[in-house]
Amino acid sequence: MRHLLSTRDLDLADAIRLLDVAEDMATVSTREVKKLPALRGKTVVNLFFENSTRTRISFEAAAKRLSADVINFSASGSSVAKGESLKDTAQTLAAMGADAVVLRHPSSGAPQSLADSGWIDAGVINAGDGTHEHPTQALLDAFTIRRRMHGAASRGTNLSGVAVTIVGDILHSRVARSNVWLLTTLGAQVTLVAPPTLMPVNMTAWPVEVEYDLDRSLLRTPPSVLMMLRVQAERMSGDFFPNTREYSRRWGLDDERLGRLPEDTIVMHPGPMNRGLEISAAAADSARSTVREQVTNGVSVRMAALYLLLAGERLSPPTPTSRMRATT
Amino acid sequence: MSARIVLQAADITRAVTRIAHEIVEANRGGDDLLLLGIPTRGVPLAQRLHAEIRRIEGSDAKAQVGALDVTLYRDDLGSNPTRTPHPTNMPLSIDGMTVVLVDDVLYSGRTIRAALDALSDLGRPRAVRLAVLVDRGHREFPIRADFVGKNLPSSSKERINVRLTEADGDEYVSIEGRAHGEAGTGDGSR
Amino acid sequence: MNDQTPFLIAGATLADGRRTDLLVADGLIAETGTGLSSTGARRIDADGLIALPGLVDLHTHLREPGFEPSETVLTGTRAAAAGGFTAVFAMANTSPVADTAGVVEQVHRLGQDAGYAYVQPIGAVTVGLEGRHLAELGAMASSRARVRVFSDDGHCVEDPLLMRRALEYVKSFGGVIAQHAQDSRLTVEAQMNEGQVSSDLGLAGWPAVAEESIIARDVLLAEHVGSRVHICHLSTAGSVDVVRWAKARGIAVTAEVTPHHLLLTEELVRSYDPKYKVNPPLRRAEDVEALRRGLADGTIDIVATDHAPHPVEAKDCEWAAAANGMVGLESALAVVQAAVVDTGGLDWADVARVLSAAPATIGGLTGFGHELTAGSPAELTLYDPNDPHEFTAADLAGRSGNSPYLDMQLPGRVRYTFHRGQPTLADGALREEGLVANG
Repeated sequence: MRHLLSTRDLDLADAIRLLDVAEDMATVSTREVKKLPALRGKTVVNLFFENSTRTRISFEAAAKRLSADVINFSASGSSVAKGESLKDTAQTLAAMGADAVVLRHPSSGAPQSLADSGWIDAGVINAGDGTHEHPTQALLDAFTIRRRMHGAASRGTNLSGVAVTIVGDILHSRVARSNVWLLTTLGAQVTLVAPPTLMPVNMTAWPVEVEYDLDRSLLRTPPSVLMMLRVQAERMSGDFFPNTREYSRRWGLDDERLGRLPEDTIVMHPGPMNRGLEISAAAADSARSTVREQVTNGVSVRMAALYLLLAGERLSPPTPTSRMRATT
Repeated sequence: MSARIVLQAADITRAVTRIAHEIVEANRGGDDLLLLGIPTRGVPLAQRLHAEIRRIEGSDAKAQVGALDVTLYRDDLGSNPTRTPHPTNMPLSIDGMTVVLVDDVLYSGRTIRAALDALSDLGRPRAVRLAVLVDRGHREFPIRADFVGKNLPSSSKERINVRLTEADGDEYVSIEGRAHGEAGTGDGSR
Repeated sequence: MNDQTPFLIAGATLADGRRTDLLVADGLIAETGTGLSSTGARRIDADGLIALPGLVDLHTHLREPGFEPSETVLTGTRAAAAGGFTAVFAMANTSPVADTAGVVEQVHRLGQDAGYAYVQPIGAVTVGLEGRHLAELGAMASSRARVRVFSDDGHCVEDPLLMRRALEYVKSFGGVIAQHAQDSRLTVEAQMNEGQVSSDLGLAGWPAVAEESIIARDVLLAEHVGSRVHICHLSTAGSVDVVRWAKARGIAVTAEVTPHHLLLTEELVRSYDPKYKVNPPLRRAEDVEALRRGLADGTIDIVATDHAPHPVEAKDCEWAAAANGMVGLESALAVVQAAVVDTGGLDWADVARVLSAAPATIGGLTGFGHELTAGSPAELTLYDPNDPHEFTAADLAGRSGNSPYLDMQLPGRVRYTFHRGQPTLADGALREEGLVANG
């Protein structure tokens, strides 16, 4: 694996391999010595053009447990404000000898640009790009679901027969996109529920069921997994829905809906949660909730991704693409 | 390229039985004994040794068996295609135990070095021993096996193939000459 | 000092398919016919070459004044000559904006000095392209630059009342408003065509309706006030339908399409490679089909390049940070051949119309777009339609390299361009400055 840019690029074998290696990594995380020497001497740069302490520390813990050196480069608010571009930053990191760049960026496609550009010859892990994808979040979600379904016998299993309902701002959600591709590749049946204003305009090529009414969806397709997405503050003022009260009433997981869920349905949230808006406190804290497991599993999954990206011999980089040429 | 069989299935069985007796004797019984197979073929070998030791020891046998994957401790990760780790399976804490590492072929000693590193991250065994089915020489580390099924002096140009029923469906050890520059492939070919 | 030796172009194929020799002398096509004597003239063997009236581009960004690192009038007109163009209309979004007589006269003068193509400035519709107050349209019209086309291109004239006034006002001097049709509220932070691909890529969408609704409004406004309106870079099937409806209704609307919208689709954006970022964005294959049909049936009047040079740093970055635009002058004719000639939609007479005669007419430009008959100005292009080749950076003659066609296979090549009776491009190579008919 040269880069991890999108779950859409992963086939079933890739996906299961990542999840299985994550199981091995999870074993290490339960030991007293939580460190492995596998990436000794490698340098992992966490390059964050958006603030996300949770994702950054998860990658940081993952890299450190594999004995990599970690450099945190927070470009939001500082260098970017001074006009530092992704290209300049990437070239700086290349000069520092980065072996992998974990990139969080507000622009969709920025990790792919970094991987294709020839600015830097490092493996690139997409840690969330704009409204595009967030592959390690989807991997940790899949890992969490698989563990809840299969427990200790998770290795090698897929998610066939699992019904996952994802509720919320699908249009702007990189978590939803990555989960759609990964979970369906793993054999799960995915239903997306959102107000029409927060649904992409054309989803004909997505292997999912689309539903606007949460209650009808829960009735028609009782989910094994109910994943609630965060309502971003900027959507609240964009006239995507009248107000948060109406959103909460129609698309929130309140106590009443929680009570109607099948007994073994698990409740997921990528965090951070707006308690009382898209998810009630009772739902967030119930035994069904996997919110804390998701955080723990995030480290294992990211260890697996870093290991698979960095441990093997480095294949010769693709020839620099002909993105741009100056004529004079 | 010609392959010559050096151990038949019956030879392998005899070697395992003999090693089991030697382990019990050296350890003065099965107490605090943990056999750790190194994937891939060390794992079935360890299980066979464990079964044999239980048979020798009888119903109150205490020897334990597990698997120790060393992939993440190897020093050659960067010069090979990415290796997928195998599960490590520890029945109990290794503190104070006598650990016997079990592998199919002892060659450079690098796998065992990685295993020793892995063990030290898991705890502090009282002693660590090494049992191998075949020792073919060419050590690159000051490592020596305590229990050896068969010493098989070989040229580094030759290849040793270990086939075990559990992993391969058939069972023998062969040695084959190798054309110059031809690379070994896969587990069991050392 | 220009070399005034006549040229005999031997055995060229005219747009209508007839073969002829063309004698070029004293800035005119002196004589046509077969077996013309080449005595005293330089002979150009035009066997297999198509002779077209010099191409006219109604939509070029020359970037001067203000953005000289991207392009200048000189480098942009060299790119034009390399692409077979003899006249270009220079868009107004320079810095300062071409919203006064002074700026348009300066650009016009720079074109004369360069000598590679006639530069006809376009004036801004509103002061500073800000969409608030009309620019000095009359002053620009009566300046030495003789401006007839006005456009805020890059920005839409969104205020319907201001658009109405502009459409009415230019009637007094036979002007036309060229509208960049884009509803800004429907395209906030838009990055690409809104549809299936934007859904996958998580890029903010630029919906077709944002273009179509403005075109619908403007053709109705033009009808109401009895004015002429020109629609820049039509890009959607719906826009073609709206223009077709308007023409059927007798409304004086003309429309253009770019070469890239005739050939490329939004699928290319999946690479996130900013060389495919352009405004309006690349659309669906269905739109490309509709645009080709619209051009073939006359709904769309012309092809115009929207040549938009950008410096390397504006494209060598992540998608959202990249500038919109593609250079297009050098590749236009070959792309048109690939998109609509080789596919059977247009013949070469149609190409002469949509890339020369019609844009000259819409822009009120005399001396261009004439059929190649004796006595007409020697503005012409010799094109080899049977020279398939990989388009490379070496084929670009302007200052910027942001072409989407690099590494693509194109079917033909411009061999000669004649402007004011002199070659600006000879045997595929630009003539040196000083040898072209400047001044």
